[in-house]
Formats: sequence, structure tokens, C-alpha cells
Amino acid sequence: MNDMSQPKPERPNALPIYLDYQASTPVDPRALEAMLPYFTEHYGNPHSESHVYGHNAMAAIEAARADVARLIHADPREIVFTSGATESNNLALKGAAHFARAHPPANGPLRDHIVTLATEHKCVLEAAAALEREGFAVTYLPVEPNGLMSLDRLAAAITERTLLVSVMAAHNEIGVIQPLAEIGALCRSRGVLFHTDAAQAYGKIPLDVEAMKIDLMSISGHKVYAPKGVGALHIRRRPRVRLLPLIDGGGQERGLRSGTLPTPLCVGLGRAAAIAAAEMGEEVPRLLRLRERLYRNLVRRVPGLRLNGDPEHRLPGSLNLSFSGVTAPELIEACPSVAMSTGSACTSAAVEPSYVLRELGLPDDVANASIRLGLGRFTTEAEVDFAADAIASAALRLQGRPAADGEVTKAPAIPTSG
Amino acid sequence: MSRQSYLDWNATAPLRPQAAAAIGAALAECGNASSVHRWGRAARQRVERAREQVAALVGAAPDGIVFVSGGTEANHLALLGSGCERVLVSAVEHHSVLHALPSAEPIPVDRDGIVDLARLGELLVADTRPALVSVMFANNETGVIQPVAEVARIAHAHRALFHCDAVQAAGKVPLAIDVIGADLVSLSAHKLGGPPGIGALVVREGIELQPIVRGGGQERSRRAGSENLPGIAGFAAAAETAAAALAEYNRVRRLRDELEAAVLSIAPDALVIGGDVLRLPNTSAIAMPGVSAETQVIALDLDGVMVSAGAACSSGKVGPSHVLAAMGMSPEIAGSTIRVSLGWSTTEADLAHFLDAWAALYRRHRGRANAARAA
Repeated sequence: MNDMSQPKPERPNALPIYLDYQASTPVDPRALEAMLPYFTEHYGNPHSESHVYGHNAMAAIEAARADVARLIHADPREIVFTSGATESNNLALKGAAHFARAHPPANGPLRDHIVTLATEHKCVLEAAAALEREGFAVTYLPVEPNGLMSLDRLAAAITERTLLVSVMAAHNEIGVIQPLAEIGALCRSRGVLFHTDAAQAYGKIPLDVEAMKIDLMSISGHKVYAPKGVGALHIRRRPRVRLLPLIDGGGQERGLRSGTLPTPLCVGLGRAAAIAAAEMGEEVPRLLRLRERLYRNLVRRVPGLRLNGDPEHRLPGSLNLSFSGVTAPELIEACPSVAMSTGSACTSAAVEPSYVLRELGLPDDVANASIRLGLGRFTTEAEVDFAADAIASAALRLQGRPAADGEVTKAPAIPTSG
Repeated sequence: MSRQSYLDWNATAPLRPQAAAAIGAALAECGNASSVHRWGRAARQRVERAREQVAALVGAAPDGIVFVSGGTEANHLALLGSGCERVLVSAVEHHSVLHALPSAEPIPVDRDGIVDLARLGELLVADTRPALVSVMFANNETGVIQPVAEVARIAHAHRALFHCDAVQAAGKVPLAIDVIGADLVSLSAHKLGGPPGIGALVVREGIELQPIVRGGGQERSRRAGSENLPGIAGFAAAAETAAAALAEYNRVRRLRDELEAAVLSIAPDALVIGGDVLRLPNTSAIAMPGVSAETQVIALDLDGVMVSAGAACSSGKVGPSHVLAAMGMSPEIAGSTIRVSLGWSTTEADLAHFLDAWAALYRRHRGRANAARAA
């Protein structure tokens, strides 16, 4: 074997570089700092209205709710805290469907039809499938080869029985951003609810529930530098969107989501939203620059590299790449110094090719050769350069080519911590 | 600042230091427990270790632990996910059980709040569709402990499943799923010194559950959503600490009993609800006749003593407690009952503080009532 094809020495005692920001993000230290007192000093049950411990906790939750709302130009009363985006998506679809079934219109047809995309996150598809078993009709629209949806196709799918359209704002695997304002306008003009799963988009790109005419928006904490175990659902007040709760009980969150609110987690999400609002303007161009740098370094060195998903309408930190003649699991194994994934985390343990990439029309061997790279707030230029080098070397080694270093002659500075 | 005494532990307990440390460690790491790479695998290991720790609290198999967002969701998953056509719930259950299914049938309780076992048997004989019986281990408002092993025996004799909401009992009294005889057990972290936002449903082997939150297939497809790793780690540390420190509650029980004796010596007309039956060691429901619970909690809060008028989730609502009503209490008594709940760090000074404030309030109202009578 050629000496040049030997792997570069691993960074000793260092965690791999984290390029899986779509799976989860680290908690921003500022969000963590805001949360900690609510674990220890202000531990009261926020629903205890009889004493100051409860009042302090509830005041912090309401401040957080306002921050979560402000980032998407919503009213704080439109925000319901949940355990995460999976629950929010389930609440949006099932809650709207169950309310419509329980309150059929006096005249006119029953609203028992839902339109969504074949490439939605599993939790939207599973919630829709559960509704199908209950007798609702669901249309799963295909997407274009670039991952974007067709507005004409959506317009044609909406009928007088359609209750709700659910389209993901930014895709978890391929990063594409759907035309939200256009979808919102179409849905509003046809009298149909518009739900968007914004788990990946919230805090990453500008979102405006008014301008985009969004009726329901799912939000995740741990994708936006807040902790896991918390999320939110935005539910429009004017015109009012009505849902039946998934979880009933003490009547918290205006009866839409019972259960003691986790004060520290809500505070973390609020702080993360405020940070995103303040820093998005700088973060977006920085991530775009880093992503382009990573992509150019890989394209220059690895023949046959293919970018999946529209190159323009995509999340700033997201890349999904197919490597010719290399399977994704092989590449991940051959490149232990970079934490990356084959697709969505929840299904990444499965070996079958991503249903999302199949929907783009990719043959199985190309889909099987796809890697998702996610950059985020704490990704540095040095990390991106190191990762490009490590991934390219591993890919070339697996393709049986010598790892010509090309322009990347200077060894990148090695960060000492992940 | 003047002295503050927190006596509302059944609403939520302070975080145990061991849980705080575990949460801090988990928050410092990033990784989705479903990711294949090593950060993901490290997260997975934490989750699975935590599953063992929580399982140990109730003597269950680790595979049987389904992490959920809290006690309310655990109760919902048990009742909605069991797939049983019929659900029987005791009349004193938490709202998250009572409201989970509109079709749930109530099982009455006696004056002490104990579920009517004979009636349960009759209900099961009268209708033989597959049923689930849900009876809590201990009540959140009164602390009264149910004869759960008997409930299990009767339920199983009629081929019904038995779900036990052990949210208030876990960490305060010994719990073993085999001793309880339950098929499903609900747990909440923040009642035993873990963080809010995390709980578990314990599922006995062989029981199929339909999920209520669907998606990526986490928790063996019983509860989708990225695992709440810091919450899970904090829950596990608190569960482990609580299990090892159950003896703390011997001291708590002594304090609680002293408090009740002192209350009755100050006010012979006061009532201790459920005082004659088996209760949690930390809970006391006390009626001060003639003074509304709301007046009491506000007056006590002004003095720096934090108690509640009932369950926290409904403590802001008006209307008497459904628990006390089901026990046959008059609206007058129910409306004048407060809940005092203690925990592992409660001190004698906290109780002296409560007794001073409570006695002052009692004497103020007694004086006013006497003056009114004299006038």
C-alpha cells in the first residue's frame, strides 16, 4: 500500500470533531447559565400559585415564552411548551384532526384530509399514519429531485375536505428550505391550516408566522442550543386554531398540554431563542462561509462527489453528500475523527437507505453512500479544515486512490477540544 | 430576608445534589443517543445505565423502563396505550389519570380515601371486556396509601391489567413492582429530587403498548422523540440516591407526626385527613374549620411558610378538591383543608415556623369568631 494512503495520525486524546448539529446541538453556555438557578435555587412547582417559589418559577417560564415567541413574531400566548418537536408534531396533527372530528361543521363537508410530503420527518409521517388508521385521509406529496416541493402539486392536492397541510420548514437530512411564505399564502387562500415542523429551522433562519401565514409551528430545544426534553408548539390565535390535547390532566398550558412544566428547560429554550434572535445575523453568513469552505475542499479532492438537496435553498450549516464507490457506514468507520451521520439520528441505526434520499430519486447505491454533515455555532474554521482533510483522505483510501493532498498543504491547526 | 420554610414537597422537591451533578455532566456533552458515532454511543450508554438505575428503584427489569416527559405523560401512556376497552380508575386519582379517557369508570373510595375493593370486584364481574384498573399507590393530596397488592390480586383474578400511579410514593416508601403486583407503574423525577420534564412508565415484560407520541421509534417504539439525556441522567441519579436514603423518611415521619400532634393540641377542632390509616410519611392534610384554604395559604406565605391548598396543578383553581369530595367530606371541611408536605431536608425549625404562623392565624380567626358571637 502506498504510504500516502495511510491515515493521518489521529488527534491524540481528543474527541472527534462534531459535525452532526442536525442530530443535536450542545447547550449554549449562556443558556445553561440561565437554566442552572432553576434547577437548584428556584425549584418551586411553577403551578403552585400559593407561594413565592411557584411565582418565581412561573415568572421565569413566562419570560421564556415571550422570548420563544419573539423569534418568530408570535404572541407569547400562542406558545405551548412540550417535551420536544416529536410531541409538538404529534400534537399539531392529531390535535387538529381530533378537534375537527369532534366539531363537524353545521354545513359543508367534514375536514378529514391531511396533505404532507413524503420526505417529512418520521414523527410527522407516523402521526399521519396513525390518523389514517383512525379513518382520516392523508396525501403524501412527492418532492422534486432537489428536495423542494411543487406549489402546483400542493394546490392540486387540496380539496374541500382538506383540514391541514404539514410541510417541514428546513429538512433534517438534506437541509432544503421549503417556500414557506408561498405555502402559507396558498393554504390561507384555500381555508386550510398550515403546520410546519421547524425543528431544524427555528433559530437558524428568519421565520415569521405572520408574514408566512403559519398556523402551527413545531419547535425543538436541542436543535437550537437549548437542552433536550423541551420544545414548543406555536398555535395561532387569530384566526384561532383549535386543537384537542394529546395529554390531559392538571390543565396546564391552557389545557392543551398537561404536566408540570420543567422550569429550567423552558428557561433554557427562552434564552437560546433570545441568543438566536440577537446573533442570527452574524451566524448565518459565518456558517455559509464555513460550509462553502468545507464543500470546496471536499469537491476539489474527492472525485464524483454529489451534493444532495437544492444548493441555494438550504440551511446554512447543512451538507448532504454522496461519495462515489464508498458506502456511508464504511466512510464513518474509516473516519473516526469526525462525528457525522448517514441521515436522521432516530433512524441512523437502521441500515436501509434513507427514505428521504430515495424520494429524491437516488438509486440505492448512491443513497447508501450519503453522509450528512452539520455545522453549527461552535464549529471553527480549523475544525472544518481538519474534517475536510480527514473525510477526503478516508474516502480516497476507500476508493483505492492515493490521497493527493492538493492545495491543503498546510496542516490545519488542531483544536484541543471537540 | 425573613425565614422561608418550604413545605410543599408533594408539588415538587428540590433537586438532589447528585442529580444536579449528573445533569451538569450530561449538559456538558453533546450527542443524540440515536446517533451511530461515538458521541451518540456515549449518550446511548448514559441512557442505558440510567435505565438500570431507575429500574432498580422499583425492582423492575431495565427493558421495562420507558422514559417519558413526566408523570402526566406516563399515566396517559398507561391508560391510552394499554388498548383495553374498559378503564376503571379510583375516584381519588390524579387529574392526569381521571382525564386521560372520558370513558373511564370511577371506583368509589371510603371516608378514609381507601378504594372500595368489593365494588371493584363487582364492576369487573359485571362487564367482562378486557379492562385496565388504575389505582394510585399513595394520594398526592392526603398521602393515603391504597391496598395496591389487593387491587392487583382482584384485577388479575378478572384478567384485568393493573396500573399504579406511584408518582408521589416513589422515593418515599419502598416500592417493588412485584410486591405491588402492578403491570404498569408511573414515576416522576421531580417528585423525588430529580429534574422536572422527565418521568417513566414501568412496563412489565410481555405487555404491548400503543405509543401516543409517534416518530423515530425511540424507547423500543413505545415513546418517540430524542432522548432527554440530562433529564434522564438526573432522574437516575435522584432515583439511586432516593433508594439508598429511604431511611431519611423515618425522621420525616417523626417530624410529621409531631407536627400533627402540635396542631391538634393548639386547635382541638382541627382535622387531620386520613390520620387513622396508612399514609406516606411526609404528607399531612389539615383542616382548620371556618378558615378557607386560600386564606390559610396566603397568610402562611406572607409569613414565609409555603404550603398548598391541594394539588399544585390545580391549586390556582377555585372549587374544592375532588379527592376530599370523593371521601365524603363536606364542602366546608374540604374548602378549609391545606396540604403540608415535608422532605429529606425539612428541619424542626421549619415545623416550628409553620406552627407559629398556623397558630397565629388560628387564634386571629378564633378571636374574630368569638367577638362576632359576643356582639
